[in-house]
Amino acid sequence: MNPFAAIGRAVLTVLAHIGRLTQFAGRSIAAVFSPPVYGGLIGRQLMSIGYYSLPVVGLTALCIGAVLALQIYLGGNRYGAEAIVPQIVVLGITRELGPVIAGLMVAGRVGAAIAAEIGTMKVTEQIDALTTLATNPIKYLVVPRLVAAVIAMPVLTAIADIIGVYGGYLVATLNLGFTGSIYLKNTVDFATRQDIVSGLIKAAVFGFIVALMGCYNGFYSKGGAQGVGNATTNAVVSSSILILAADFVLTAILFHTS
Amino acid sequence: MTPKIELRGVKKRFGSKVVLDGVDLVIEPKTSLVIIGGSGTGKSVALKCILGILRPDEGTILVDGEDITHIGGAARDKVMRKFGMLFQGAALFDSLQVWENVAFGLIQGRGMKKKQARDIAVAKLAQVGLSADVAELYPVELSGGMQKRVGLARAIAADPDIIFFDEPTTGLDPIMADVINDLIVSTVRDVGATALSITHDMTSARKISDRIAMLYGGRIIWTGPTAEIDHSGNPYVDQFIHGRADGPIKMAVKA
Ligand SMILES: Nc1ncnc2c1ncn2[C@@H]1O[C@H](COP(=O)(O)OP(=O)(O)OP(=O)(O)O)[C@@H](O)[C@H]1O
Ligand SMILES: [Mg+2]
Repeated sequence: MNPFAAIGRAVLTVLAHIGRLTQFAGRSIAAVFSPPVYGGLIGRQLMSIGYYSLPVVGLTALCIGAVLALQIYLGGNRYGAEAIVPQIVVLGITRELGPVIAGLMVAGRVGAAIAAEIGTMKVTEQIDALTTLATNPIKYLVVPRLVAAVIAMPVLTAIADIIGVYGGYLVATLNLGFTGSIYLKNTVDFATRQDIVSGLIKAAVFGFIVALMGCYNGFYSKGGAQGVGNATTNAVVSSSILILAADFVLTAILFHTS
Repeated sequence: MTPKIELRGVKKRFGSKVVLDGVDLVIEPKTSLVIIGGSGTGKSVALKCILGILRPDEGTILVDGEDITHIGGAARDKVMRKFGMLFQGAALFDSLQVWENVAFGLIQGRGMKKKQARDIAVAKLAQVGLSADVAELYPVELSGGMQKRVGLARAIAADPDIIFFDEPTTGLDPIMADVINDLIVSTVRDVGATALSITHDMTSARKISDRIAMLYGGRIIWTGPTAEIDHSGNPYVDQFIHGRADGPIKMAVKA
């Protein structure tokens, strides 16, 4: 076994994947901007991607906001800075945790479902059947999911921001002795438009990543039930990693730190 | 006259496994051709190459004289409007009701109104022996043979110019199989469609075809009018149509 050959083969496989994914993304984006537009399908996807993700995103945001307030209080306490809790909570939630938590939750919930559904359609030849019925599978299956995810994620994140801040507020007022009105005033005064908008932009990108990786892995799944299982796993893992990588890149771009 | 479909030297392989090794085939307009051949010889692959679901490695595919081997996008959709296809495994959309499946090509592919498409769907379902109450069911609620017939109704729903049937009678009882045979014959005779079917059922093959082609070893080894199949003088064809274990075709099984 030649180690160079093994490394070479691995590199080629990775490059082939990247090439295929890039091509798939390009075709999908082009399809978004060309007719026909399936409005009804986008609506249905908005429901399943956005609306049905509300409970899980809301619950995690509440917990994260609460625990964040507690941690900041305990950390700040070491040098008498515990009053900073509302400011740091709102900063952390809107800039980072809101979009990232929502992105990861949606990756697990929606990315997996998309990959499983499209993967099953692939292995049972339903996607082939679409082409024989003069319907472009990219337009019919991928575009509605991409569009819905890019719309739904910022909305989910905005809600997660509010619930997250509320989680912090609950802990701060109930356990840490903050006065509610002062906590809220500090939150509102401190948060800037850029904090919130940057988080929402991130969310849109994360939505794109989740839907794209779900669709891509579904489309290229093969080999029956096991293949669909692999596609589902790959969709969740790859979109989670890409979300975290994109988060870093976007933060650097949006806040001009380099 | 330009042939409806023409394959020239079509080759397709998966990895190192050669499936089609230079298939040449001509189908004249308004005729019905049946491809016969052993299981796994590449009959379904040949159909999928024509439909662009699989891309042939070599060779040319012409439909109405137009080279469609490498076209894609909107041009491909346009050509696809000429086709209807019954998949071997039915390939019904399991998230849609039966009538939505049948009407799919009418609504999505041709932009027909739902109400009108539904009426056509119900009429097509009746043609394959399924009653109107089946229209509301989902594919998982049907038996295998019923799914196959829904797939058939979907294939013929838009009255396509060219229809492919991948094993239309497999999994049906003998009486229903004959109903389907009649349906295929009438779509070609009355509607003037061109049909390409795959079947292992020689009774069906004789009934629905004008010509028969036999695929073996990745090539078409014999083709001729249906009436001549019994006098082909080809030992492979003889062995196949009589279903004999002994002959030039060796099955890879251990005794
Ligand atoms: N997508 C694919 N990837 C890899 N190999 C494939 C693929 N599709 C078909 N094959 C192989 O090609 C060969 C021909 O398959 P095909 O489905 O065309 O057979 P067939 O003639 O239709 O057989 P049957 O009568 O049993 O339906 C088989 O050996 C199969 O393993
Ligand atoms: Mg087959």
